[in-house]
Amino acid sequence: MAISTLIGASIKRREDPELITGTGGFVDDLPQTGLVHMYVVRSTEPHARILGIDTARARQADGVLAVFTGKELASEFQSPLPVTVSFVPEKKYPPHYPIATDRVRYVGEPVAIVLAQSRAAAEDAAERLDIRYESLPPVVDMEKAIAPGAPVLHDELGSNLAYDVKRAGGDIEAAFRDADVRISQRIRQQRLIPVAVEPRGVVADYKPFANALTVWSSTQIPHFVKVWLAVILGIPESQVRVVAPDVGGGFGSKIRVYPEEVLAALASRKLGRRVKWIEDRSENMKATHHGRAQIWDVEVAARKDGTVLGVRATQYLDLGAYCSQFGTFQAIALLLIQGPYKLQAWDGRGIGVYTNKTPTDAYRGAGRPEATYIIERVMDLVAQATGVDPAAVRRKNFIRQEEQPFTSLMGLTYDSGDYSTTLDKALEMVSYQQLRKEQAEKRKQGKHVGIGLSTYLEICGLGPSVATTAAAGIGFWGMAVLNLHFTGKATLVIGSSPHGQGHETPFAQIVAETLGLPLEDIDVVHGDTAIGPMGMDTYGSRSASVDGTAVYLSAVKVREKARKIAAHLLEAAEEDVVYENGKAYVKGSPTKAVTIQEITGAAFQPHRLPAGMEGGLDETTFFNPPNFVWPFGAHIAVVEIDDETGRVQIQRYVAVDDCGTRLNPLIVDGQIHGGIAQGIGQALFEDGVYGEDGQLKTGTLVDYLIPTASDLPMFETESLVTPSPTNPLGVKGIGEAGTIASTAAVMNAVADALSPFGVKDIDMPASPQKLWHLMHKNGGSKR
Amino acid sequence: MRHRVAMTINGTQYEHEVEPRTLLVYYIREQAGLTGTHIGCDTSSCGACTVEMDGHSVKSCTVFAVQADGAQITTIEGLAVGSQLHPLQQAFWDEHGLQCGYCTPGMIMAAKQLLERNPKPTEQEIRLGIEGNLCRCTGYQNIVKAIETAARTMAAQAGKEVKAPAAVS
Repeated sequence: MAISTLIGASIKRREDPELITGTGGFVDDLPQTGLVHMYVVRSTEPHARILGIDTARARQADGVLAVFTGKELASEFQSPLPVTVSFVPEKKYPPHYPIATDRVRYVGEPVAIVLAQSRAAAEDAAERLDIRYESLPPVVDMEKAIAPGAPVLHDELGSNLAYDVKRAGGDIEAAFRDADVRISQRIRQQRLIPVAVEPRGVVADYKPFANALTVWSSTQIPHFVKVWLAVILGIPESQVRVVAPDVGGGFGSKIRVYPEEVLAALASRKLGRRVKWIEDRSENMKATHHGRAQIWDVEVAARKDGTVLGVRATQYLDLGAYCSQFGTFQAIALLLIQGPYKLQAWDGRGIGVYTNKTPTDAYRGAGRPEATYIIERVMDLVAQATGVDPAAVRRKNFIRQEEQPFTSLMGLTYDSGDYSTTLDKALEMVSYQQLRKEQAEKRKQGKHVGIGLSTYLEICGLGPSVATTAAAGIGFWGMAVLNLHFTGKATLVIGSSPHGQGHETPFAQIVAETLGLPLEDIDVVHGDTAIGPMGMDTYGSRSASVDGTAVYLSAVKVREKARKIAAHLLEAAEEDVVYENGKAYVKGSPTKAVTIQEITGAAFQPHRLPAGMEGGLDETTFFNPPNFVWPFGAHIAVVEIDDETGRVQIQRYVAVDDCGTRLNPLIVDGQIHGGIAQGIGQALFEDGVYGEDGQLKTGTLVDYLIPTASDLPMFETESLVTPSPTNPLGVKGIGEAGTIASTAAVMNAVADALSPFGVKDIDMPASPQKLWHLMHKNGGSKR
Repeated sequence: MRHRVAMTINGTQYEHEVEPRTLLVYYIREQAGLTGTHIGCDTSSCGACTVEMDGHSVKSCTVFAVQADGAQITTIEGLAVGSQLHPLQQAFWDEHGLQCGYCTPGMIMAAKQLLERNPKPTEQEIRLGIEGNLCRCTGYQNIVKAIETAARTMAAQAGKEVKAPAAVS
């Protein structure tokens, strides 16, 4: 297709005017009357038996309508919360219901709900509940959890081991036999708390006579929530409507069907009232899932010239107290370790463990940042061990352009890309050779300067339905309905559910470009299950490549039907009619044209249509891509660590990303910025810490630090474009790339800065205290 | 026990009875019905609830409604004049200074105060000035740019206002 004026244009977002004037509509902002407020009473114990909950005093409190314990609600659930295959079909998992009945397994697990006339009244009443627990020993440490004799969370599983699986390819024994250099390293990827700035929230409205439920939820997945509310509560799916209004960020944390969505709906059904639940931040930190939480034991076989022959690794994944909906998605890292490199062998083992902590699930990148972190640390460990420059190590190991489409050791087919191009560009931007000289100079002056590279390869665009059904348990696809109105205006319904990404603008650009309609004539709607067919919602950087393609294909279908109608109106043979820029005309006679608006008018007047043609001009597409898409890029961080405070200052951050065709570069760059910041958060600041007593020690934003404006530099971004052959637009994905790349870039830079101290690897976050001790462990600075 | 409070929000007088523990942000959202001011934490960390109170920027989750009795409050809804956006709103739009938009009202209110104190801030001064407002989407880059752009626009407008009488004479 011709890429011309609109696709690829940096057009300002149409979503913004309401958001900048305070007239947007997040769940808590929706005008609602007659509300009942729900407060969720949560376990304060990490592991305990519930001996009893006395609700009498709470029920008598002012403004209280009802109190329900888990036991009182248990019979209402016709199914537990969903758990998907997510790359580990072998796993053992217990049924997980929205509310505990006789045992709690993490601090924050719902045990009762209070319904009252105000949130304050509900909270006041909750303090009058008498909950008696019999404490059980908490299981906090993953390795201790699977040691013999450890207390077991789920008796029916017999142990805390969810799975122990192997994912391997190539001859790993040969790789180690042929190696000159063997490296072993334990690498931790700490527990992260996603912290979307809008916590979650739900409003549920059940109409008893119609047996119909409407739920407004701060979710990334309204369509999945609809399906599962129907299944869990036994309401026909046709009677359930879920709306995701403005959603204040997700980053994976709003990707699952949550207990509170079910509980609010159930409370509405029991009371016959509209029920509202808004999560506060203290709840959010323990009730919304966490991410990462992994320990990796890595062994590397390499040659002394920097060639990496093979990697053997075990991923210990802390699932928390239950297997969340996509809880094992992070095990995808076992399939992706190879990255953009040509290893001879990969030998992976995945171990999933239950502990008395908040469940983990997808968090921006979900398994891909983890895989990238491991292989990018490996590249630098090999560089350090062999004395070969980190850039040269990467070049030596890159899959070459002429080897594309390349099949990985795990049988995945990469789509396109010359991985050296983004690295070359990034090295040029930082003047790499010069930078290394400056680093040597500064080291002589006692300064701790580090340069970190990260050359990532990402998988996204879920996704080829056959492959995703096998691996993830769900066949994914994209969906779009394009409906032209009588007057030539258009409504586009998309299957994705944006929560900050800004799909409305680029998707309208695709339609405007394809049909020649004015951009402002195209209304884009989403996030409401009542307005269109099932969509697959938004996560995993899938929307542009999959739903965007569905948008394009719907527009093409509309254009082709429009051309047929035009031929009839022009009394010409269809093959003689040209359609361009919103007009159709007979080849050679562009002055005698019919406009798309005229064609649309005819489409609703059957007597003006060709014989046998149905009226209307609307088309639906379900797009199932033939393959995943594989964005890639090279990021470089330059850091200096203050000798006196141990604080890391990022002096430069350069990002060169290739995400295929960029539909709207303004939005692409914004995604990259935000992604980089989140990855830096993991590297330097964020840490979800539990005490040995199973209590979350970082339960507020005072203790859990996310990056502030003064922690970050201006990012220098550049892009290269290698169109994906997987879809007609050539787009890949960019929602997570920044996060996937930046953690490794920054940590490689920190390790590089501290290499004169003999440091090989540092547990994240690289906090000032930790680094200061590394630099001063022998009573003074190394210099 | 309830207290009667009265305050002016965006030029409109409001008067209600409130519980002493009612936070200003809840008063603004629930009593005055202005939901543009958001709540993002319980610890005064995130700044989503930032409003202007008697010429100072405050986190309205850390002010009791009774403390605002008699105060002049400006919220995000009070910035645009009709369809004419405030230069900061315009700049946030132009520079893609928001993604999910949840922190944006508080961020814009904090930026407004920053520019009133320091009309020509450096990049570092902007970063320090909005340090009390958390954004999880943008990496702050385009927020910083938006504030720089708004500062230029506002300086140019102020210049025009100063010059106007001279042109008349």
